[in-house]
Amino acid sequence: MKFKLLMIILLLNFSLVNGEEKKVDQNTIHKNLRCLVCQGQSIADSNSDFAQTIKLVVKDLINDGKTEREIYAFMADKYGDWIVFKPQVNKQNFILWFLPYLALVLGGVIIFFLFKRRRN
Amino acid sequence: MLSNFGNLLLFINIFLSFVIIYSALRCLKISNKFIPKTIYQISTLQSTLIIICFFTLIAGFIVSDFSLITVYQNSHTLKPLFYKISGTWGNHEGSLLLWVIILTIFSFLFLVITKNHPKEYRIFTLVIQNILILGFLFFILFNSNPFSAISPIPKEGLGLNPILQDPALAIHPPLLYLGFVGSSIYFSAAMASLITNYSQTAFAHSIKNWVLISWCFQTLGILVGSIWAYYELGWGGFWFWDPVENASLLPWFAMTALLHSLIVFEKRGLFYFWVITLCLLTFILSVTGTFLVRSGILNSVHTFASDPTRGIYILLFLTLMIFSSIFLLFKKYKKENYDLNPNSKETFILVNNWFMMFYLITVLLGTIYPIFTDVLTGNKISIGPPFYNVVIIPVVVIFLLIMAIGPKVKWIKEKFNNLKNYLLILLGSILINFLIIFLFKSYSILSNLIIISSLFLIISSLIDAFKSFKKNKTDFARVISHASFGFLIMFIGLNHIFSIEKDYNIKLGETKNFDNYSIKLQNLETENFSNYKAVIGSLEIKNNKTNRKNILKPEIRIYENPQTLTYEAAITTSVLKDYYLTMSNIDRSDYYNIKFQKKPLMIWIWISVIMITIGGFLRLFQNAKYN
Amino acid sequence: MGLNKDTNYKTNFLTGKKISNISLEYFDENKFYKEEDLKRNNYTLINFWASWCLPCRQEHSLLIQLSKEKNLKLLGVNFKDKKKQAEMFLNELGNPYDFLTKDELGKSSVKFGIFGIPESILVNKDLMILKKFVGPLSTEDYDSIVEIIN
Repeated sequence: MKFKLLMIILLLNFSLVNGEEKKVDQNTIHKNLRCLVCQGQSIADSNSDFAQTIKLVVKDLINDGKTEREIYAFMADKYGDWIVFKPQVNKQNFILWFLPYLALVLGGVIIFFLFKRRRN
Repeated sequence: MLSNFGNLLLFINIFLSFVIIYSALRCLKISNKFIPKTIYQISTLQSTLIIICFFTLIAGFIVSDFSLITVYQNSHTLKPLFYKISGTWGNHEGSLLLWVIILTIFSFLFLVITKNHPKEYRIFTLVIQNILILGFLFFILFNSNPFSAISPIPKEGLGLNPILQDPALAIHPPLLYLGFVGSSIYFSAAMASLITNYSQTAFAHSIKNWVLISWCFQTLGILVGSIWAYYELGWGGFWFWDPVENASLLPWFAMTALLHSLIVFEKRGLFYFWVITLCLLTFILSVTGTFLVRSGILNSVHTFASDPTRGIYILLFLTLMIFSSIFLLFKKYKKENYDLNPNSKETFILVNNWFMMFYLITVLLGTIYPIFTDVLTGNKISIGPPFYNVVIIPVVVIFLLIMAIGPKVKWIKEKFNNLKNYLLILLGSILINFLIIFLFKSYSILSNLIIISSLFLIISSLIDAFKSFKKNKTDFARVISHASFGFLIMFIGLNHIFSIEKDYNIKLGETKNFDNYSIKLQNLETENFSNYKAVIGSLEIKNNKTNRKNILKPEIRIYENPQTLTYEAAITTSVLKDYYLTMSNIDRSDYYNIKFQKKPLMIWIWISVIMITIGGFLRLFQNAKYN
Repeated sequence: MGLNKDTNYKTNFLTGKKISNISLEYFDENKFYKEEDLKRNNYTLINFWASWCLPCRQEHSLLIQLSKEKNLKLLGVNFKDKKKQAEMFLNELGNPYDFLTKDELGKSSVKFGIFGIPESILVNKDLMILKKFVGPLSTEDYDSIVEIIN
């Protein structure tokens, strides 16, 4: 009985989940772009001239209907991967994205074998 | 004169370290169980002299003795006294001296406090710690000497960088060093334990308070760094996954894992080699972090000025440490007999360690991966918050749930009769989350999960505390730390979900409207101060629903010496939220760019971390009392 | 070794890429300079400059010299500048540009990967980027340009 209640509440809760994030958010993009003339700041955080220009360009691209991914691709094409804070999921960065989870799984496997050992 | 005196003290300390190593190893041949008084005396002398050496450098800063290069580069006669003093350790060379002080004092204290432990173990800890001390003293003397002199003596110093004149930044290094430099002592102790085969649970007793102390201060150090970043850097955030921040977080993960596995080792004698590994790993990560930050190999918001020779030296030192650790571990490794039941507290602590290693590997990878791609392919990539958030947050959700259940699980074997209670708590968490959505707004799936799981941890901890309070068996230290961790994640989550950020170009007299707010640039004034000129904007934030008005005054500061421009954020803090405003001018225009942020529950984020640390100090206090 | 690598941003990756979608507004007229116009030149050096930019003054004499090269056309892009001040700059130091365009908001320059001026891009007839120069042109840069175009 309690379990069913739990399931109902869970479903109710998640039906209200905000699926609206499909809209391209300017601020999110600004946060994900690096200010190239600053030391480690994002476009969102920087007051530099360069940042102001990029913000204008991003605005135009959003108005042109570009998706977030397309905007990052555009910037990376012009300025290199360095400008985007989220590394691409490609062959070069394969290790980066998968090694942590691989490590997680490996850890689980190790612990599992620790239990198996005790049976001996 | 200060230069000569300081150098003399450095030389003497090198000599003393050699003497200690020699006498310590010699007294191993004596058959009794006692360490000769002379070793204590030399240790005392060593600590005293290094403290005097440090004060010598401080004196140089206070009197602005520009014959010392370090004082010249990092200080200025016009600097306020407090910042002259803190400037001593706010630079590369001075901070290395701080390293050595902590290494030395911890060496001495460990020697004195561990009187009830085997002599050989204490001797080898002393020896290895002194090898570390020598390593750093040589580094200082031959590469980064704060007492290097220049001639002719300059009339004025270069160091008046306003961003570095901040109270939080002043205490940030000492706190952090008590953390990760302090971990050196259990690195040495672990090596000594391997060498002398001191693998009984008593070994845990000898290091556990040191682990606790370093953990508490590391946590505080990270907190203060984040608070400084929030107040000073003007972007309204407190964590950027910047390499320097990551460098302080890596040892913290290892320390937390160690803290927990020590509990298992102490109680049941299990996982000795894993405990040793963590002891070695913590300090290795500390030195690795130092290497990453000081060698110039990484580009970051707060890079020290860099010099490749520094990097080479630290890398060599680090390599030596790693190889000797691995060698010793392999040589001494013996298969342990486990009797491990999956339904036991030991398992849950293992799981804690498992997750800590995941976080560690993720952050380590994210930090050093760009170095590899740059060297191997010439292509520079950036790894920032989006990467870490995507990889880590989902795992944190599960981690919080496990953290809630673990502490109540019995040692050796648990019957899990109270699964029902946990389901109830889960129900309650989901309901509260639902309430938040209903009252305010809905948010992403991941955010939902984070709020629910952190609530689960909080409620479980509090109920557990309440129940055991009735029986007078509450473990306050653990409850406070665990519940506060839950609160921390929850507050960070809520802060992230409900933050508002607006970016506007605004002219004097203009008003911008959004949601229920109006922002008006009411006034602009220019004010002259002793070492800078400030353009101060008066912005009125009006909440149109409650009609409450707040006036925030961000500043643009123009410094002369050195010529810098800084942006001072205007922040009003209240119980429920912070308002955060920065203003900058737009070149060749009379428009100003303002960034307005409403950041809910900021102060609770800081309080949560303080509470986590208080739990740690409480445990320390309890341990001390028990002894 | 990695330790001695320059941690400043480099744009070498751009070499070999083609530029496209060019549309720069002429400085004095309401026309636009486009890809087709670029293709008419054997080689074009696209130079981004402004009157308020001090290093731009440094490289200006080299640009004047380059303007004498037969095989090379200079396309100037006046970056985030005011017309009057730009004209005064050119009157004072000379106008090396075969074609002069402007980018008042700096948005068009982003398409060329510009992040600070002066910057120059050398392209060939097929609009392939042969070299990108960040910062004022040095005499070595001048020599390398002359070598490439001849």
